[in-house]
Amino acid sequence: MRRIRAAAAGAVAVSLLTAVTACGGGSSTSDGGSNDSPKTLTYWASNQGADIEVDKKVLRPELDKFERQTGIKVELEVIPWSDLLNRILTATTSGQGPDVLNIGNTWSASLQATGALLPWDAKNFTAIGGKDRFVDSALGSTGAHGQDPAAVPLYSMSYALYYNKKMFADAGITKPPATWDELVADGRKLSKDGKWGLGAEGSNPSENVHHAFVFAKQHGADFFTADGKPDFTGDGAVAAVKQYVDLMAKDKIIAPGNAEYAQNQSVSDFAKGRTAMLLWQSASANLESQGMSDADYGIAPVPVQSGAPGTGEQVNSIVAGINLAVFKNTDNLDGAKKFVKFMTSDEEQKVLNTAFSTIPPVKTAQADASFSAGADAVLKGTLAKSAVAMPQVADESQFETAVGTAVKELFADAAAGRPVTTDSVKAALEKAQQQMPTK
Amino acid sequence: MTTTAPAEADLHDSPSGAAERTPRFRRPGRLRRIGLPYLLLLPALILELLVHLVPMVMGMVMSFKELTQFYIRDWGAAPWAGLDNYKVSVDFDAPVGEALLRSFLITVAFTVLSVGLCWLIGTAAAIYLQDPFRGRGLLRALFLVPYALPVYAAVITWVFMFQHDNGLVNHVLHDQLGLTDKPSFWLIGDNSFVALLVVSVWKGWPFAFLIVMAGLQNIPKEQYEAAALDGAGMWQQIRRITLPSLRPVNQVLVLVLFLWTFNDFNTPYVLFGKTAPEAADLISVHIYQASFVTWNFGTGSAMSVLLLLFLLVVTGVYLLLTSRGRKTADV
Amino acid sequence: MSSTSQAPRSPMAPPRSFFWSRRIFLTLLTGFVLVPVYVMVSSSLKPLADVTGKFRWLPSELTIRPYIDIWSTIPLARYFVNSLIVAGAATVCSVVIAVFAAYAVSRYDFRGKRVFTVTVLSTQMLPGILFLLPLFLIYVNIGNATGIALFGSRGGLILTYLTFSLPFSIWMLIGYFDSVPRDLDEAALVDGCGPLGALFRVVVPAAIPGIVAVAVYAFMTAWGEVLFASVMTNDTTRTLAVGLQGYSTLNNVYWNQIMAASLVVSVPVVAGFLLLQRYLVAGLTAGAVK
Repeated sequence: MRRIRAAAAGAVAVSLLTAVTACGGGSSTSDGGSNDSPKTLTYWASNQGADIEVDKKVLRPELDKFERQTGIKVELEVIPWSDLLNRILTATTSGQGPDVLNIGNTWSASLQATGALLPWDAKNFTAIGGKDRFVDSALGSTGAHGQDPAAVPLYSMSYALYYNKKMFADAGITKPPATWDELVADGRKLSKDGKWGLGAEGSNPSENVHHAFVFAKQHGADFFTADGKPDFTGDGAVAAVKQYVDLMAKDKIIAPGNAEYAQNQSVSDFAKGRTAMLLWQSASANLESQGMSDADYGIAPVPVQSGAPGTGEQVNSIVAGINLAVFKNTDNLDGAKKFVKFMTSDEEQKVLNTAFSTIPPVKTAQADASFSAGADAVLKGTLAKSAVAMPQVADESQFETAVGTAVKELFADAAAGRPVTTDSVKAALEKAQQQMPTK
Repeated sequence: MTTTAPAEADLHDSPSGAAERTPRFRRPGRLRRIGLPYLLLLPALILELLVHLVPMVMGMVMSFKELTQFYIRDWGAAPWAGLDNYKVSVDFDAPVGEALLRSFLITVAFTVLSVGLCWLIGTAAAIYLQDPFRGRGLLRALFLVPYALPVYAAVITWVFMFQHDNGLVNHVLHDQLGLTDKPSFWLIGDNSFVALLVVSVWKGWPFAFLIVMAGLQNIPKEQYEAAALDGAGMWQQIRRITLPSLRPVNQVLVLVLFLWTFNDFNTPYVLFGKTAPEAADLISVHIYQASFVTWNFGTGSAMSVLLLLFLLVVTGVYLLLTSRGRKTADV
Repeated sequence: MSSTSQAPRSPMAPPRSFFWSRRIFLTLLTGFVLVPVYVMVSSSLKPLADVTGKFRWLPSELTIRPYIDIWSTIPLARYFVNSLIVAGAATVCSVVIAVFAAYAVSRYDFRGKRVFTVTVLSTQMLPGILFLLPLFLIYVNIGNATGIALFGSRGGLILTYLTFSLPFSIWMLIGYFDSVPRDLDEAALVDGCGPLGALFRVVVPAAIPGIVAVAVYAFMTAWGEVLFASVMTNDTTRTLAVGLQGYSTLNNVYWNQIMAASLVVSVPVVAGFLLLQRYLVAGLTAGAVK
């Protein structure tokens, strides 16, 4: 009797389970997308403004404009960066997500690999006005080479060196450093009386990996082999990471406390005059909101090892930015494309990129005079001449985490006064590499 | 075992009537008599099945699949990985297994220390607050505040205090007391283990306090009086009567605290974010990172299943040992 | 059982060592508990410059600005209401369901009882991460099959949280119901109540303290959960535990606003908690001791 009961209970559980799993991965059946609900769109925007409410205020009027033009109502949700990737992953898993969404452009290849995003083939590009509307460098960060892009560029950013004019003048420095040696020399002059030469976000894996990657490029190295295999422990990569961490460990121009920064405290420090220099993407709006007017700071290209910024070993920034993607199983495919067309139109590009102090990746919008003044000139120049896309491989996301975390641990060592040697850097990177997927 | 199956084991100090176990509600007919308990259990059963058991079985299925970013859209298409995920997890010579083992050992050390301290502080506070004195009610209320704060609010306050440059802890230890040569790091590096432990104990001990305080009220006054007549002093009474009487409370309390602390995700996640420092890399965050940050849900699930097995064994052994201990003590 | 009078330990006067050790211990412990609470209160009254600079015990100037700003930086009121609804509903459902289940286990002998109690216990060992994705999938599929939207809705979160607290609640209530004398429900049955009548007229009233304890526990579990809330909610259904993170923005970490908001949302909870304290102490006794 007892056995029969147990068997019956087991059977119920199993049948319930199969019922649930049978339809698991709900998106698999509706691969092509449809136009079942042509009047609405759901849009996930990333957090670009000072806080989420700012984003809503910027985007809402534009979305209303889109509704007036097309009759399509856009449901907006601005998602904090801490949640965005998880939300995208769960949406991918369940097939229950938005129609259109923002992704960090460095995630493009990783998300492309899931097959959840609409590929932008020639036909789809035609629907939004053609691929050649976009700047090449921005297109370089939209998915793996040789495949149709998984997203289209929306906002572009690059790193620049922000420096405090008054602190430079007080220290007798007349021009911003153009090479790392100059930066270290200037930093030493500036690091005194509780003030420091440079700020860094030591506990933020993404920031760490961006810098590590650019340094590696400057050392003629890369973190991936030509066929996409992780290669973190080459001499160039090790020297690159060490050079970055040494800014704190050996050169002592970064305050040890920065090792635990992960919430943009280094921007606050710069705005408050506690650090004289900052390597950041599009910090203007942020600095202004913290009471630092743009007359107080200067902007220069990020230093290189020697010479002037350019391509190859002379790069000095990643191509940073936000891409716009469409979920493949959207139930308003035509509306989604219309929306992408709207968001990448010259007019919207100008409005949005001005509001978020970013650079338009659309050529015609970028040519506008308003993006050629002051800070934007430096950022635009960097993007055009000396920025390089992060690795466009499916494992990019894992790479960011693994190497970014390794650099974080190295900063922690440096801050605690432990030596950071070539061997210790190599060991940390070796460990990071072993955490990468083997296939 | 008492709490899970009180009917079988817990006869010794039940109030009147509980010792008789014959089913009494026979009148409303046979079907109803047999059906009613199942009917009463049904809602709990359905929900546990839906939210815990079925997902658990699905998680186990996931652990045998190669569920990386290439397959998360359609789990059915993910290739079977056999025991590969488990092999990777328990290969302690390779980095993934080694990291898992280290994380596991850190978690064990952390859990033992945290539960021990929570229990110790909670018990001591409960005993000291047993006799009335001025301000006792106020203290009792105050001591419950950490438990009543939302986890995020409590932990983020500690983050604020543990900051290297601007935190209270360094301000007091370094600036005001001069105990350290230079300000220490609490949120990165080796000290992060201490920071995590402090926060966990701060959040957790009031629960132990509450349970023990309640348990103390069940100890009959007569026992103390008898002991006092025998000439036992205060400390001896605590050792001979209070602590032994608390055994059944402690059995449950320690187990519950252990399971909660071991699986705690909220505290380390708010304290350190998505990537915890090595010294405080608790297994819950480690598995989170293994599955969500590196997008390998198969390996993450395999690690979870191993963890579940470990906890099952520990709980089983624990219940066996403590129940046997209790029986001999009660005789 | 629920004797409200404290049993004085002994008629003999305790030794002096007891008094001084008590004084030292309680002083230290009070300090340990109070310092973070003081930091919360004082920081919430500081201008931003104070909390982003070197720590100071006293504000450079007292300001209530953070208490005004918290409402506009994030939709705090909405998050608060969401949390109240989610935690409140999860608590009520969890308690009702636990009462039924515990009553069945406590008062009836039936096949599978042991299996049930052991299974309930074992769910406490599940690492949440193991069933986060599967649960999400189940909710989506239930949504597709029945039209009941569980993902992203408060309903899904309520369902999840109530099952989180259910095992411990059942566990505690079994012990508590066992300590309610059976003669009481016997008498009710003789008076013509059905078994459910006996439960609600006799057992439940006698077990109120235990039920309050379970309710408080269920509420706190739902109130603080971060992981599931972060992926299962959207902008309109986000709960406080996740929403409060909005004060660390791209520009700055608004520590003073975090503290002010934490205090504002905690005050009702702590107050309710303290009001229920009397029940709680009596309640946890019987449940856990058993």
